[in-house]
Amino acid sequence: MSFNYNIKNKGLYYPSFDHDACGVGMVANIYGKASNEIIQQGLTILDNLAHRGACGADPDTGDGGGILLSIPHDFFVKQLSVDNITIPAVGEYAVGMVFIPNNDKDISACKKQIQNIIEDENIEILGWRNVPVKDEIIGYDAKSSMPLIVQVFVKKPINLVSDDDFEKKLYVVRKRIEISSMKLNLNNYDDFYFCSFSCRTIVYKGLLTPEQVKDFYPDLGDPLFKSWFGLVHSRFSTNTLGKWKLSHPYRYVAHNGEINTVRGNSNWMSSREKIITAESFGEDVTKIVPILEQGDSDTASLDKVFELLALSGRSLPHVMAMMVPQAWESDNAISPELRAFYEYHSCLMEPWDGPALVAFTNGKQLGANLDRNGLRPFRYSVTSDGLIVMSSETGVLELDPKKIEIRGRLQPGKMMLIDPEQGRIIFDDEIKENLANLQPYKEWVDNNLTRLESLPEITLGNYRDSIENLSSLQRSFGYTDEELRMLLVPMVQNGTEAIGSMGTDTPIAILSNKTQSVFSYFKQLFAQVSNPPLDAIREELVTSLEAPVGCEQELFKETELHCQQLKLTSPILTNKELNQIKNIDKPGLKTATISCLFNTSSSKQNLAKTIDQICKEVVISINQGNTLIVLSDRDVSLQMAAIPSLLILAAVHHDLIRRGLRSKVGLIVESGEPREVMHFALLLGYGAAAINPYLAYATFDSMLIKGEITVKDLDYAIQNYKKAIHKGLLKIASKMGISTIQSYRGAQIFECIGFNDQLIEKYFCWTPSRIGGIGIKEIEQDTIERHVKAFSEHRTPSLLDLDSGGQYQWRRDGEYHMYNPISIAKLQESARTGSYPTYKEFAELIDKQDQQLATLRGLLEFIESKDPLDISEVESADKIVKRFATGAISLGAISPEAHETLAIAMNKIGARSNTGEGGEDSRRFTIDEDGSNRNSAIKQIASGRFGVTTNYLVNATDLQIKMAQGSKPGEGGQLPGDKVDEYIGGVRHTTPGVELISPPPHHDIYSIEDLAQLIHDLKNVNSNARIHVKLVAEAGVGTIAAGVSKAHGDVVLISGDSGGTGASPETSIKHAGLPWELGIAETQQVLVENNLRGRIVVQADGQLKTGRDVAIACLLGAEEFGFATGPLVTLGCIMLRKCHLNACSVGIATQDPELRKNFAGEAEHVINYFYFVAEHMREIMASLGFRTVNDMVGRVDKLDIRTAINHWKAKGLDFSKLLYRPKKADEVDTYCVSSQDHELEKALDNILIKDAEKALNDRQAIKINKTIKNSNRTVGAMLSGEVAKKYGEEGLPDDTITIDFKGSAGQSFGAFLAKGISFNLEGDANDYIGKGLSGGRISVKPPKETKFLPEQNIITGNVSLYGATGGEMYLRGMAGERFAVRNSGALAVVEGVGDHCCEYMTGGIVVVIGKTGRNFAAGMSGGIAYVFDPEGSFGEKCNSEMVQVGKFDINEDQIVLKNLIENHLKYTGSENAKRILSDWENNKTLFLKIMPIAYKNVLHKQGLALPREMERILNG
Amino acid sequence: MGKPLGFKDFNRQTPKKLIANDRIKNWKEIYLNWPKTDIQDQGARCMDCGVPFCHTGCPLGNKIPEFNDLVYKDEWQKALEVLHSTNNFPEFTGRICPAPCEASCVLNINQDPVTIEYIEKSIIETGFENGWVVPQYPKVRTGKKVAVVGSGPAGLATAQQLNKAGHTVTVFERDDYIGGLLRIGIPEFKLEKEIVERRINIMSEEGVEFVTGTNIGVDIKHEELLDSFDAICLSGGSTIPRDLPIPGRELKGVYFAMEYLTQQNKELSGEYIDPSEKISAEGKKVVIIGGGDTGADCLGTAHRQSAEIIYQYELLSEPPLVRPENNPWPYWPLTLRSSSAHEEGGIREFSVLTKSFSGENGILKKLHGIKVEWKQDENGRPVLLEIPGTEFEIEADLVLLAMGFVNPQQEGIINQLQVELDSRNNVNTNNEHMTNIDKVFSSGDMNRGQSLVVWAIAEGREAAHHIDKYLMGVTTLPQSLPGALPR
Repeated sequence: MSFNYNIKNKGLYYPSFDHDACGVGMVANIYGKASNEIIQQGLTILDNLAHRGACGADPDTGDGGGILLSIPHDFFVKQLSVDNITIPAVGEYAVGMVFIPNNDKDISACKKQIQNIIEDENIEILGWRNVPVKDEIIGYDAKSSMPLIVQVFVKKPINLVSDDDFEKKLYVVRKRIEISSMKLNLNNYDDFYFCSFSCRTIVYKGLLTPEQVKDFYPDLGDPLFKSWFGLVHSRFSTNTLGKWKLSHPYRYVAHNGEINTVRGNSNWMSSREKIITAESFGEDVTKIVPILEQGDSDTASLDKVFELLALSGRSLPHVMAMMVPQAWESDNAISPELRAFYEYHSCLMEPWDGPALVAFTNGKQLGANLDRNGLRPFRYSVTSDGLIVMSSETGVLELDPKKIEIRGRLQPGKMMLIDPEQGRIIFDDEIKENLANLQPYKEWVDNNLTRLESLPEITLGNYRDSIENLSSLQRSFGYTDEELRMLLVPMVQNGTEAIGSMGTDTPIAILSNKTQSVFSYFKQLFAQVSNPPLDAIREELVTSLEAPVGCEQELFKETELHCQQLKLTSPILTNKELNQIKNIDKPGLKTATISCLFNTSSSKQNLAKTIDQICKEVVISINQGNTLIVLSDRDVSLQMAAIPSLLILAAVHHDLIRRGLRSKVGLIVESGEPREVMHFALLLGYGAAAINPYLAYATFDSMLIKGEITVKDLDYAIQNYKKAIHKGLLKIASKMGISTIQSYRGAQIFECIGFNDQLIEKYFCWTPSRIGGIGIKEIEQDTIERHVKAFSEHRTPSLLDLDSGGQYQWRRDGEYHMYNPISIAKLQESARTGSYPTYKEFAELIDKQDQQLATLRGLLEFIESKDPLDISEVESADKIVKRFATGAISLGAISPEAHETLAIAMNKIGARSNTGEGGEDSRRFTIDEDGSNRNSAIKQIASGRFGVTTNYLVNATDLQIKMAQGSKPGEGGQLPGDKVDEYIGGVRHTTPGVELISPPPHHDIYSIEDLAQLIHDLKNVNSNARIHVKLVAEAGVGTIAAGVSKAHGDVVLISGDSGGTGASPETSIKHAGLPWELGIAETQQVLVENNLRGRIVVQADGQLKTGRDVAIACLLGAEEFGFATGPLVTLGCIMLRKCHLNACSVGIATQDPELRKNFAGEAEHVINYFYFVAEHMREIMASLGFRTVNDMVGRVDKLDIRTAINHWKAKGLDFSKLLYRPKKADEVDTYCVSSQDHELEKALDNILIKDAEKALNDRQAIKINKTIKNSNRTVGAMLSGEVAKKYGEEGLPDDTITIDFKGSAGQSFGAFLAKGISFNLEGDANDYIGKGLSGGRISVKPPKETKFLPEQNIITGNVSLYGATGGEMYLRGMAGERFAVRNSGALAVVEGVGDHCCEYMTGGIVVVIGKTGRNFAAGMSGGIAYVFDPEGSFGEKCNSEMVQVGKFDINEDQIVLKNLIENHLKYTGSENAKRILSDWENNKTLFLKIMPIAYKNVLHKQGLALPREMERILNG
Repeated sequence: MGKPLGFKDFNRQTPKKLIANDRIKNWKEIYLNWPKTDIQDQGARCMDCGVPFCHTGCPLGNKIPEFNDLVYKDEWQKALEVLHSTNNFPEFTGRICPAPCEASCVLNINQDPVTIEYIEKSIIETGFENGWVVPQYPKVRTGKKVAVVGSGPAGLATAQQLNKAGHTVTVFERDDYIGGLLRIGIPEFKLEKEIVERRINIMSEEGVEFVTGTNIGVDIKHEELLDSFDAICLSGGSTIPRDLPIPGRELKGVYFAMEYLTQQNKELSGEYIDPSEKISAEGKKVVIIGGGDTGADCLGTAHRQSAEIIYQYELLSEPPLVRPENNPWPYWPLTLRSSSAHEEGGIREFSVLTKSFSGENGILKKLHGIKVEWKQDENGRPVLLEIPGTEFEIEADLVLLAMGFVNPQQEGIINQLQVELDSRNNVNTNNEHMTNIDKVFSSGDMNRGQSLVVWAIAEGREAAHHIDKYLMGVTTLPQSLPGALPR
């Protein structure tokens, strides 16, 4: 029980950073018939999901596995009869499955406590049972932390009527035990834990590998041990210091995914606790709070709230729909009643948002629900004898094909329920219809929920647009000229956020000499690996800006008063709207406005006092019945300055949470301060329901008058602005995998850099802030300084109204930049002339931050050795440069000249260059005549998968999976059509002139186990290559890195926030990600602590510039180092920051042929620079006494805080966490010494390669037969790698290697299948079939014996054909979500698809002869789809933003289509195909053609009659 | 901002000049008016760089990308506001600045730089044409009094800045004209004197008091000055010319350039010059010694005085046409620069050492010189070697010594105040521009040694910032110098 969880850690790692992801499975008898067989089947599923779990440094210690079952009554009767205990009838008793700390003192204390409380609640204890375990089979780590596992049996008191009442009582008992346990003074609280305590269910789990569960608990094997269902779970955790209690399943749920909004959810829950009334729990109500504990994981929190809501009377589906609602907001297909159901419940609770497959049960029913995005797979099969098997994968349990009646998948936002009482499965439509009709929700909502737009217009009031002392106010709130020009104008003018390029190189807020807003101390968190960011643009249908605001009512009841709230469609309010709210007059809605100014002239520390005062005023207002509170800083004057809006908001928000009043009121901010997207995101993230940025509006008004913007009028300007803010907000939320503003509200998805603990605890509670910093006094000082200057009488004429800013572009009077004219000039001069002294001058400018601090490392200093080495004793520069790499800069971002020069330079010195996203010209894979090697050693695999062919992968020494990019973590990319010339289009396998979109997530990586899968795929293709995973520093990156190490990544790259970009929103460049110093240090600490460091290389990058930077990165924990901006500067880059405009005048970041002629960089210049850096590093190594880089890695003891620093804000910084060296560092490896075990020897491909020897060597056609199961993953990739190595891009002639498989294929079946290989599968397949297909052919059909109709059943999983560049696929059955996502060349025929089919497709042809899901063709910029639509229902499912849907427009359409369908028939024997072909003339008219408009136009412009893929088919 | 690829659409253009033969017939400015749209096209060439090197190349820190863009967008008044925010006198720098901004323009790496200087001039002249350049009165008067000694560009900038900050400023000038070299040193064809007066008038209107013909240290002693003012800024310039102490130096016909140029300027202002005092090049064989800007000013003046033939000798060797490797962009290029006067004629020679002058009756007749070459000694220091056998002599009636200035004049106020000097005999100041004497500051050439007008203005602004801070404890006057590209 993690009560009193103390997070005062020594290092940078907090346990709350941990993530897990997993495999979930369940098996049940629909009729509720219990058997031991069910349990065994459940355990088999667990076995077969083993590859989704992970193991740490100790291979026998799992991350956790377990099974949730119905109570095995017969078994217990027999077991307890030995002790002469008589067990009453089923339902008349309950069993608690308890972990107790395994030492005598704790055992007796815990047992006594359990006994006391149970008896105190007047419940009779029937007996105890020590659960037998076979602990000899588990690993050392697991064993050493193993608790005592006991069962306690209690009898249902006679005063309780129903078993529901009994369950409720058991809950109260358990809560009392949990809450009181902290007083027990146990040695280890964490080990005291109730796995379950119920009269219906029991959980057997532990820190086990999936395979160990059955053997560890001999109980499970007893024939008398029977259950009607088994819910199993295998965990893949990012940490290895696993805990027994963190294993799933929990008491009610097993969860695969992440609840991204958990911080907000638990904050809101804790305020709701206070309004729980006695009705549901009687007098017990006081015994159950707190409901959630600080330190609960997301799943634990979800489980606890689920449990509470279920116990208080709602049905399981009701609770589930309330907590994890489907995307109802923009779904026109749902009924008005269901919509009302959701809208009503949105007034009760915000969604628990994030990728979540939740399987749930209370022992009476069993169900599963998938989140709105559907980012977790869940497949099921139902047999004719009443068995249902559901799991993350198909094929986990062998079933007789003859008996299978349904093969299905859970769709996004959908639920299903197994009700043994009714003996049937209840599907989503029915469940939801029932829910919708529980109450007259529609009537309630119609009558009680007030919509802002329905409020009467206020003509009185005093809302105003223009402001008299505008420039004084602008100055006081810190507006700069640059912000107006660069950020606001694009928003107001075009409704878009400003785009910029290159990285940020300004000081972090706490080190800046300029006054800073409170906003600037925060950094956005983002999803990487453990859950995916979303695409708020292309997958807009799951997002929502709407949210209700007002006073919440008690959670357990449902009355119409519950929805007496105000519904906002946007969190950004116009002046008029705010005025309407201020004057609202409706039942349950009353607004108070509280002034948030403070006196700047009175005595010290007025700010803190004023904030306390305001918090009190808020409480009074609430007590007076106000349900909406406007925190306003209108009327700033010389005397009175505005309290920073984020500070006052967060202060009030947390004060109300502490007082339990938060859910009584909605907070609205009326402030002159917020103007850019990040400001609004922060205000919402810390609890604001809405914001009125009045000064921004007034600024637009003045700009309009001055003619600085040219929109029609102010309303229009504000509309544009809001549009840009909306897009930006959804983007920021979606970076974290959050889709709705309602659940983003209060979720605090930020890390703070530079606030001290007191400041955080009082106002920004639970925000990570790991290096200390300033307090309220410094904020006050900064605010007053800016304010006084702004209003000062001593203003001089001819000064400009606003400061220049200089955040985005360097200005002399603006913010400091590390890359400034002088440092750039010095660097270029040194590289060109080969002058080391000049380099040292450059390095001095960067390193010696005594005048101007810029970076955390600037605050560090080396502790030099008393016995420095002679430099000749230090390893050579030749060796050191081999540890260097250039950054992932794509061809596309920079010109071929620049890209190739980098590669030549790096190859020459044995270092590595990086392709970046976007493939590479295969001509570069061979060495030039002059000996230059233009082949990039590192080949990147990014989310767009452009040009990622098998041949590309085999021509690399390193393969880098880009999870995030420093300048815009969590976001995708876009290459505008005009940068895609003939050459780049060719390399990327796309059509020149057509815009290319990289999705925010890798669609095959929604979780850590998916990453392990991709690593495995890539290693299969090219076993010689090291597999990198590129992450961006943020709070928790260390745990992700641990996950990467466990997922068998060979290298983990931690990028800093300051890395460059070819194009990113300016707000992302500035506000997302952390300095690499924090990321590297945390990574080293976590990896060492978990003994995972020795098997993985850590690389650092992000504005490394000098040998000193390298040395510090090394001492913090990195052994390899990446550089991007530096080398570009040596090639001539002068930081124009115009990369995104194709306007680089020095020919680097441009594709313009004329500008490319200006490129004057030389490989020698780059080489000079890298040798300078290495030499500089050597000097430092000598002074510290290190002979080799390896010796130096992680030696934080050689670093200290620079004492000479005198900076008033930096004084409060505390680097003890950054410089923490884990104790384990003396025992375990601290740098990479061994390689990962990729278990390639287990691959089926080893056999296939052997069998195909003749084909591989002599191109002789061969045929092979094989059986396959779901644990055979990535079949075909290794074989394809062999083909590519031998035959390059060309591959083999068609059908040279034909393999017929039977069974259920594992993930990534046919991944990267090369040309000449054909896979025919009889059975079904899992996710990622045909991923990266590179010319091969795959067909899948159901087994011959199958009785069900293939076209109505699922045959393959999600994300098929992702990133395919060529080849063919024929599926006789339906595929899951995201079929052919990012396809750029494959041809496919499928009999039905899920949501988001053909997303981001740029080429190829997809034929769907069956049903399609929603959001078809989102972001599709190339290729063609044909959809058979006899019912005429396709239209609304298509996202027609980029495509045109219509009939055939050329004769070739039907020729091509017919050809493909004939193929489909040929390879799969599809009845459906046969039917369509049999009446072709009629049926062909029922097809729709979906083609991107831009693509069509480009083809037309280029005079091409037909797309290349059609040509190919027509030419045979 | 602007037009990202404007530099591809438009080539660099400069305004047309009067043809050389015509322009030497008068003293008027040589540039013709430039159509506004052409200037806007030139503004469009600016790339709005992420790191605008021009902004560092300009000692004043002019916000060049900003005003280029505003000009491109036809927002001249706003452009003027931006320009004036860093530069008190763009009408001077827009005409006579050698434009280090253009040298450091990013386009100058591989093509022609933006015509920043002409755009600057166009902005300020458009401002005057439209009546936008009006006195800027301080919002409040502080009651503090400041004396500025010297009315050159540094003194003027110091004075105007301090006046804006509300201080009561008196500028003392020993000459009869306000403006220093701007007024009496720089020839009319480069900077018409009305332009200077136009600005002085505005400053007077703003409240700056100008006292001419008053030699501080002579007419007013230092004690009085210290007693009467809360702060004093010494901005007297670097006035001692470098001499050429060789045989024949004393001959009539050998003059310092500044004697020559000053006289011509005063004459053009309508002063009577005694013919016996008149230094004229008319019909004469003229040799200008010194290849810099002052030399070129002498050249242009001598053309306009109808010299028979003019030689310009420079001791250093002829600079290269393109940057050598050790003089990379964005630094000031030490390449051959030709001014408008060179277009008008004259014979320019490099690597010439003047050994002596000879004459008759005390009147200059000949110059004797020798060709030299420059080598490096073992320490890499340049050494001058005479090339044997290259001795020559030429006829000369007028020799003008334009070899720069060595340091400020020390007699008078500097000595009286006992102001500390630096190693080069310039006034020594601390980081706040204050001398060793409390409340005595210094700006301009007197402080940093001879330099450009643009540096003088920057110095003046910088000093004003510190003086205001000294007087008031805080200041809103901007600094100029931090971030300037070192020369």
